[in-house]
Amino acid sequence: MSQPLKNYHSAVWDEPVVMELGAPGRRGILFPDTEERISDTVGEAQDLLAEEIRRQSPIGLPEMSEPEVLRHYLHLSQQTLGMMGISLFGTCTMKYNPRINEVMTTLPHISEIHPHQNTATLQGVLEVIHRLDLVLRELSGMDRFVFQAGGGADASYLHAVVTRAYFESRGELDQRTEVITTAQAHPCNSATAAAAGFSVITLPLEEDGYPSTDALRATVSDRTASLMVNNPDDMGIYNPHIKEWVDVIHEAGGLCFYDHANFNGVMSRIRAAELGFDACMFMLHKTFGGPKAGGGPAVGAYGCIAELERFLPGPLVVPDGDTFRLDEGGPDSGGRVREFWGNVPLIVKSYSWSRAMGAAGIREAADLSMLANNYMEKKLLEIPGITKSLPHLMAHRMEMTRYSLVELTNETGVTAVDVQNRMVDFGVDAFWLSHEPWIVPEPFTPEAGEMWSLEDIDYWIDVLAHVCSEAREQPELVKTAPHNQAIHQINDNYLDDPDRWATTWRAYQRKQKA
Amino acid sequence: MLEQETRVHPYMANSTDVARRRMLDVIGISDVTELFEQIPSDHLSSEEIQLEPALRSEIALRRHLMTLLGQNDTCEENLSFLGAGCWQHHVPAICDEVWARSEFLTSVWGTPSSDLGRNQAWFEFASQLGELLRMDFVGLPVYSWGAAAGHAFRMAARLTGRNRVLAPRAMDPERLAVIRTYCGSPELKGHIELVGVNHDPATGRYDMGDLRSKLTDETAAVYLETPSYLGIVETNAAEIASLARAHGAETIVGVDPISLGVLAAPGDYGTDIAVGTTQPLGVHMNCGGGVGGFIATRDEEKYAKQYPTLQVSICDTVVPGERGFGLTLFAQSSYGSREFGNDWTGNSVYLWAIANAAYMSLMGPAGFFDVGSTILRLSHYAATKIAELSGVRVDWDSGFFKEFVVNFDGTDKTVNEINEALRQRRIFGGKDLSESHVELGQSALFCVTEIHSADDIDHLVDTLKEVTGR
Repeated sequence: MSQPLKNYHSAVWDEPVVMELGAPGRRGILFPDTEERISDTVGEAQDLLAEEIRRQSPIGLPEMSEPEVLRHYLHLSQQTLGMMGISLFGTCTMKYNPRINEVMTTLPHISEIHPHQNTATLQGVLEVIHRLDLVLRELSGMDRFVFQAGGGADASYLHAVVTRAYFESRGELDQRTEVITTAQAHPCNSATAAAAGFSVITLPLEEDGYPSTDALRATVSDRTASLMVNNPDDMGIYNPHIKEWVDVIHEAGGLCFYDHANFNGVMSRIRAAELGFDACMFMLHKTFGGPKAGGGPAVGAYGCIAELERFLPGPLVVPDGDTFRLDEGGPDSGGRVREFWGNVPLIVKSYSWSRAMGAAGIREAADLSMLANNYMEKKLLEIPGITKSLPHLMAHRMEMTRYSLVELTNETGVTAVDVQNRMVDFGVDAFWLSHEPWIVPEPFTPEAGEMWSLEDIDYWIDVLAHVCSEAREQPELVKTAPHNQAIHQINDNYLDDPDRWATTWRAYQRKQKA
Repeated sequence: MLEQETRVHPYMANSTDVARRRMLDVIGISDVTELFEQIPSDHLSSEEIQLEPALRSEIALRRHLMTLLGQNDTCEENLSFLGAGCWQHHVPAICDEVWARSEFLTSVWGTPSSDLGRNQAWFEFASQLGELLRMDFVGLPVYSWGAAAGHAFRMAARLTGRNRVLAPRAMDPERLAVIRTYCGSPELKGHIELVGVNHDPATGRYDMGDLRSKLTDETAAVYLETPSYLGIVETNAAEIASLARAHGAETIVGVDPISLGVLAAPGDYGTDIAVGTTQPLGVHMNCGGGVGGFIATRDEEKYAKQYPTLQVSICDTVVPGERGFGLTLFAQSSYGSREFGNDWTGNSVYLWAIANAAYMSLMGPAGFFDVGSTILRLSHYAATKIAELSGVRVDWDSGFFKEFVVNFDGTDKTVNEINEALRQRRIFGGKDLSESHVELGQSALFCVTEIHSADDIDHLVDTLKEVTGR
């Protein structure tokens, strides 16, 4: 071990559920008194509603003063590790979320504007959207981006929707009913294709770590609507035959969608359009410096080639001389996937990030994420009990590598989830395990990215090495972890039991009594 | 290779020569390009990316952003009466303080122990929303009201094995566009047919005759909104739910939760699935980027098993008396079951759920009663005063909440002309309905909330009088 581990402990506030706080009669907010001319004109509020639709039942909310509410939620924030410690959460590209962008987007110039304002009053935000569109076009080779999708999965859905519209316009939709993906593509690719009405064919991995081109050929037909894949995958493996794949799909008349969730390592080196893809998706809340926010507000920026533009949902931002206007989208549009233009503050943050980085900075970030991952790999594989996914593949992995703790589990009974639970005792945020299906047993997937310092990365590795030693010496200590957190391990064995689950305080109270 | 002085960047600790050298040495390579060996050379871009010059200092970046964003004209500098799916409500200062906390802002997933606070805040979002709705099972939020309704229609279709949903014909075109997308294509699996139900021209409420004629034993669900897009409070909700039930159909109700201090809770009149918006609960408009949606039902297994969302349940821990929060029914999500799960889920608007939770705690029962009453009175005052203007009509002049339709046919001016004249006088008029709701003529949807004062409304009325030239 190269450095002593930190004597970390989470804040423990033993905080009640908000429903238990406060006292009768307290107020957290007041509204202006009704002015006389209002009451003179309209009378009592309740008389403005028919009796049968007035609220009769009590509103079972807590009654709290303003500082009580503030302190309660501050306590909760302090019991959230987030990126206060070190988070190398793979597939999510944890990077710095510049606080200047938070400051800029909480100004009324963004927070207090309405999407139905006259566009003459929205030129600033329209220009930012257009400018980010241009940045993403340059990075991808695509011809147009839209930002409506509320996350990566929503962008995947948008692709399925665009695909529907494309084949509908060609009169082929009743025939083009299949979407092809791989076992290592994100679950959202197959799920959104299915939700849009397509049948999903999932190609299994073969010897080289990706499905074979022969398997793809055997699957493709005149029923193929689209290919939806990531590259590299979450194991850090790049499919070198992807251009051929694109050709195979195109020859069959299908579209090709590049899920660029794992873009960080190839930024500035690979352009989706140059590989032949018809559409791609970037995650602004990950790759482009926006905060993860515990799961959104997010943006899956969806870009496509010119041929598909007319199938995009409106409103599209269109330059018009020195100004910008909104185009509501034509009759061929596949339909909107969410109201309005997307998570506008995040679009601004991502544009700002791209400007702060510039072309050289983006190249540097890609290089550093590749260097950091391979540096980590060298060191992690020195820890007994840790193996690499598909260890026979010798080439350097991309910006993340998937590992397995199965040897440690076989030796000690300590699982990857146990190790995850114990690492948080040292202020290290839980690592990512794996998406479904779990091809690698007892998986974990760190991704160092470009933000974390070598000291942070070394500390992360030291903590993992320490926990692996503990697994051998005191396995119970690891299995019963965490010990330094706000609470202990949850009892999760009845969470799917209808008689015991409770997603609300109402349900909880009822079931407690039963 | 870039020179060090142009490489070191405040966002990247390892952008120094020393750090790069150390990583190269440990890996055992001399140049970073060796790491890209998996990528065939003909995949690599031949042309370097060209972007505008970097703004590496925060000073330059801030100046640039301020210049760009300063071109926007805001609803704070103007007097705005725009609503239509995105509403200007008061956002209490502590809502912004809470969601912007770095811990919440940067959290990704964690464990139930390490991210306890965020998970508890999510549970408190669902719990408090459940109290407003009087519904016991609430999922984590989805992208928007339209997304929530779309998922709810699909839940109803799966529950009933039917594929026809009745929905208001006069719905928000923006929301309807999203719902249509979720309903799919007739050529593919899982298509849902939308059947539009007319409103009664006299009241703006559902036309019960039209509803009865369209409701059959093949109807999966009846969807109603209260208040509707045009602001109308549906007084027949209980009867509609009972009619739907008689045909074996689900009743899906769309609500604006800020109304629920004064409007009956959907759980009290037979709603099976409640959906709606979360933006009014402590989230700024953000140019439409503040929207969010929710799905809630009774706490029955048959409904719970259809949720596409993630949801947190309160639970205990290995230490007696200690409480925690974990995910329930994860396996039915797309994360758990890929294409065999219910629709899909992913990143949503979970940070806004924390702002919503703080908002509902601040409000309490009295706050919701007060805000609802205030909005009712102010919006009715505005409608009354506007209707007194010559050539201007408010046909549905009572029984609405927050929004109401103003018709300008008698002024010989279009809404567009009126709104343009208002804008010159620093007022954003109501949403123009003349293209989306042709049957309403030259009408606009005005929105009045608790942020407006009697003076604001009088100023609007005076200015309308001026610009209509009457």
